This record gives sequence, C-alpha cells and structure tokens, in this order.
Amino acid sequence: MTDQQAVRALTRRQLLARASAAGATLVVGAGFVAAPDAAWALETAVLKPETFATLVQMARDIYPHDRVGTEYYAVAVKGYDTAEAAPMVEAGIAALDAAARGHGFGSYMGTGWESDRAAILRGIEDSPFFQTVRGGLVTGLYNQKALWPLFGYEGESYSKGGYLHRGFDDIAWL
Amino acid sequence: MAAKFDKTDDSVVVIIGTGAGGGVLANELAQKGIKVVALEAGGRYMPEDFINDEWESFGQLAWTDPRTTSGDWRVARDFPALPAWIVKAVGGTTTHWAGASLRFQEHEWKGKTTYGPVQGANLLDWPIDAAEMAPWYDLAEKKLGVTRTNGLPGLPGNNNYKVFEAGALALGYKEVSTGRMAINSVERDGRVSCQQTGFCFQGCKWGAKWSSAYTDIPRGEETGNLEVRDRSHAARILHDAAGKVTGVEYFDAEGNLQMQKARIVCVAGNSFESPRLLLNSASSMFPDGLANSSGQVGRNYMRHMTGSVYGTFEKPVRMWRGTTMAGIVRDEARHDPARGFVGGYELETLSLGLPFMAAFLDPGGWGREFTSALDAYETMAGMWIVGEDMPQETNRVTLNHDVTDQHGLPVVDVHFDDHPNDRAMRAHAYAQGRAIYEAVGATRTFPTPPYPSTHNLGTNRMSENPRDGVVNRWGQTHDVSNLFVSDGSQFTTGAAENPTLTIVALAIRQADHIAREMSARTI
Repeated sequence: MTDQQAVRALTRRQLLARASAAGATLVVGAGFVAAPDAAWALETAVLKPETFATLVQMARDIYPHDRVGTEYYAVAVKGYDTAEAAPMVEAGIAALDAAARGHGFGSYMGTGWESDRAAILRGIEDSPFFQTVRGGLVTGLYNQKALWPLFGYEGESYSKGGYLHRGFDDIAWL
Repeated sequence: MAAKFDKTDDSVVVIIGTGAGGGVLANELAQKGIKVVALEAGGRYMPEDFINDEWESFGQLAWTDPRTTSGDWRVARDFPALPAWIVKAVGGTTTHWAGASLRFQEHEWKGKTTYGPVQGANLLDWPIDAAEMAPWYDLAEKKLGVTRTNGLPGLPGNNNYKVFEAGALALGYKEVSTGRMAINSVERDGRVSCQQTGFCFQGCKWGAKWSSAYTDIPRGEETGNLEVRDRSHAARILHDAAGKVTGVEYFDAEGNLQMQKARIVCVAGNSFESPRLLLNSASSMFPDGLANSSGQVGRNYMRHMTGSVYGTFEKPVRMWRGTTMAGIVRDEARHDPARGFVGGYELETLSLGLPFMAAFLDPGGWGREFTSALDAYETMAGMWIVGEDMPQETNRVTLNHDVTDQHGLPVVDVHFDDHPNDRAMRAHAYAQGRAIYEAVGATRTFPTPPYPSTHNLGTNRMSENPRDGVVNRWGQTHDVSNLFVSDGSQFTTGAAENPTLTIVALAIRQADHIAREMSARTI
C-alpha cells in the first residue's frame, strides 16, 4: 500500500534522534509522528504532531483491532491534516484532552488503560467531532485493501474464477 | 439495430426506467412491434464494467442523488440521505438484486380479507389474484430462468447456506433449500452458470444472474422497435386539455431539457422516483399531481419488514464465498396470527464483505463490542429477514421543496414509521434467526437493523376502486387512461416475498394489455 510505503523512510536511530517524546504507541517529533520501532513515520503538514498522535490513538480506541497496526489508523485519519480540517481537529482534540482532565488524567495520551480512554470517548460520543471521526473511519479504515487479509476477507474474486473450484462449499466442521 | 425515434413522434410509448418493470415492459412491447422510447436516468454498464469491490461498485451503480428522510425507522438516523439502496443505471436494480424469485402466496393477494382489520394499517385486497397471475408467473419464471422451475436444478449450497441449512433443520424447519433463484444453475439463454463468485449485489460479472441490462434491453433493441436513452432524467409528464398525457420532459446527459412526445407513458422509476415524477407533474388541471385524485400518490410506502441476523462460530465459515443469497427457509412465510402478528416472513442467507459489514452490522456502533464482532468476520454466517409490512397512509413519499437535485427538481422526503405488527414480526424473526445459528454452535449472534431499503413498494398502489389507490388492475392510472405505472410502486400490499418476480410478471401482463388496447384503439 503506497500510503504506508511512503512513510517507511526513517531508521529507528534517525527517528529517536529527532523525537521529542516517545510513548508506547507513537513517537512524536518536530513535524512528524512515528511508530516507536520506526516501522513507519508520517510528517504532518498542518496539524501539530501531538494533535495527530492523539487523533491516531483516538481512532484506534474507536475501532480497536489488536492485530491491526497503528499505521492503518494513521492512514485512515491523515486526511484531516489539511488547512481546511485542522481547526476542527485541533479544537476537537483540545476538548478530548479537557475531557481526559475531567476524568483525572493529564491528557488523553496520559491514560494507561484503553477502558479509561473508552470512558472518556463515551462522554463525547454525541459530539460532531467524535461522529465525524467515527463516520470517516468506517470507510477510511475498513476500506483499506491491505487490511482485509487480517480479517480473512478475500476481496475481489472474479479474476480468479470465483469460488466454484476454490472452496465455496468447503466447510468441514458442521 | 437499435431504433432512433424523433422527439416529435407522438406514436411511441415512452417508458421511464429500465429495471424489472420498465426494462421488461420495453422488450415485451418491442417484441410485439410497438415503438418504444425508454428514458433511463443512469448510464449503461455491462458485466465487464461491474466491479468486485463494494464501495467502488456503490459509487458506480447506486442512486445517490439527494433524498431526505423522516420517521422512527432507524435508517432515518443511520443513513438520513440514503433511504434506499437501489441502482441508477440501465437495468435499474436488476443489476443489484440477489435473484430470489418467489411467487406470492395465494392469501397474500387478499391482505384485507385475510388479515381482517389491523389498527393503523391501510390494508386493501389486490384487484387480481393468484389464479389470474399464475400464467404470467409462468412466463416470468421462464424469462428469468428461475431455478427449481421448468426442470432447472437448484443451485449448490455454499458455506453460508450449509450453516443456515443445518441450523434450520435442527430447529425442525421443513421448507429449507437453495431457493428459487434467477441465477443460472446450468448454462442457458446464452449465459453461463453461476461461478460462486460472490458480489451478486455489485452486478454479476459472469451474467449468470438475470438482469434486464443484458437480456431484455438488448433483445428489445434488436427488434428495431426500442430506443434506450440513457443518462436521461425524466422531469415532468405533460398533458393536454383533455387530461391525456402527451409527452415527457427530461434532462439529457448534458443537462439540457428535452421533450419526447408520446402516445402512452409508463412510469417505472421505483417507488420513490415514480410518485416523485407524478407529483412534480402537477398542473392547473391536476394541482395535487398527475393521477392523484385519490390523494394516494406517494402514500402506503412499504419496504418489507427486514433485518438481518449474523452469527459467529468457533471455526471459519467464509460466508462471502459464493452466491450472496444462497438459501431460503419458507416455514415462517405462512399467515399464522398465533405468533402475535399477521402475515409472514422469509429467512434468506446473505453476506456482506468486510467494508459493508463495518458499515451495516451496527451503524454507529464502536468500541470492543463492535470490533470484536468484525475480528470474527471469517467465522460469520449471515441471513436476511424479509417479511410483509403493513401499508400505512402516513408512510409516504412527499416532495421536499427545500432540497433540490442537480436539475433543480424538488427531491423526495421518505417518511416511515414501523407498524406494531412490523415490530412484532421482526422480534419473532430475530429470535428464530438466532435460534438457527445457536442450534449449530454460534458463539454470539447479532440482530442487525434494517439496511437502506432495497424493496420499495406501494406508493402508487393498485385498487379496484379509484378512491383507494392510483392504478387499476392493469397498472393503468384511474385518472389518465394513457398513463401507466409499471414498477413495484403499484403493489397494493407487499407480501413476504422478494418483489422482482412479481414486478416482472405484472410487466409482461401489462405489455399484453397495452398491445391489445392499442390495436383496439382504446388508448
């Protein structure tokens, strides 16, 4: 997938040399966020890297799949890194951090358990910001073809002749 | 070979829409030597153009012009701008349909008589019955090549069907099979047999599933009597001082307004666009819209009582492999008020790909409850519920003058509230669907809410008495003798069965009637 390949540019040493903060799921540096193992990195154009990192975490917490890498979530929300969308996202993430503080955490990223973040999200789930992000993820995340095999989904089949001779009725456990 | 008629030719029959109703009617009339101009709002796509990808195909085929919704149905909340999942293309929704081809049961033609008074329901008997329709159903089944009719074998069952069948038999259901499907189980009619590819909803790339797009439409064109104008969006039906229709104004592919004169006009744009066109054709003579002296145009909108049940299992099912609608349980289709509702429902297997499962399993859902279901996608089996819903006068399609489409025409607002009978039937069907899967070891089941409607019915209903409906027993409007309705909007009641076979049977019968009346010069 081109989107992910484009960001696999840094070595881990290059990454950590440029990082200002390293967390469990994301490393944030000047103008970029990256996976802690440097498997991928993404430069942000308009959004603050901290904002983008929180947005990626929020995306994962909305649709958590433990076998799906964080890069898919980053790809799913990178469309918000535009001049047009940035004010809405910066305000939304600021409100999310404020909600986290209301739950006794320093910030949304300052939480430990996913269940704490889920409780914070539950409190804002009727907000336009949450609904925009959630709604966008339905296609932004699940329509990434590279992610389908992680769910076993085989996608297009016509070019392979369908499943008539490839297991349309191969169920054996009934 | 396709004909080309002059716009001033007032001897042609103009048909609006080319799906199960309009597409079949166009061919049937052309075969009888009658000149037909078919106006189709969408473009022309053939099997080689169809796409094995849910969202891409949706972008290619779905009718996504603006519409609005209201009422207590969940679609109005989850998909407020998409009340229906239907197609804008030559062939209409016959490109998208799953192929289930069931006749109405005898009692379903007489809903009011059979069910008696149902509070809040606007039930009515059809002016026709099973005996009258039998020969037309015969012709429709032959045309569509319906499996398990005329000696055609049933389709083989896929994995999704095998789970469904085993659970249904364990529950004691008797009428369990791979159904009667308009999908070739053997090579016939110049089309190959089903290759179990999946993606029936995205247009069959093999052409194994019947669609008017690559059967009736080209055959009609071969006669030299049919001209299909695609990307031609009907705007208004015109009439003369005597109240007879005289032609149709439409926007062509370039967005220019054109007018085609007509001897007869047949409306077949599905149950939103057909009443919309009649309402948008209001004039000083017909201030409430064409053919609307009864006030019933747009009313009694039915969408079938639907819902889905998915189940997850310990081991893989891979339900997406093979025919999307791969089997049917008919035991609950009977009328048995002891279950707490009138009418009945069919259970039919269904599968969605991962992208659509994410969109439709529990619209708006999120968090671990939702994602753990998708994590088990490979082990899922699925079924769709389709049952008779109650016609209600207040469930209706109206013009929304605050919202206009790309041509500046008011769009429709679709209002729908479930009737208590619909809710009782859905609750029963959810319980039975879950029981089917639990009988074969489901680890979890999901009573999934209705999708945007694919079965849109009843908004120009057929009635014996002109006071009660819009069209007579031939689909001819009570008010205007040379104006017909030829799609599912003429349904008086919805029955429990998927509607396409009945729409096709009615279209064949209507063509016979129109030809007869034209030669008798009565229209």
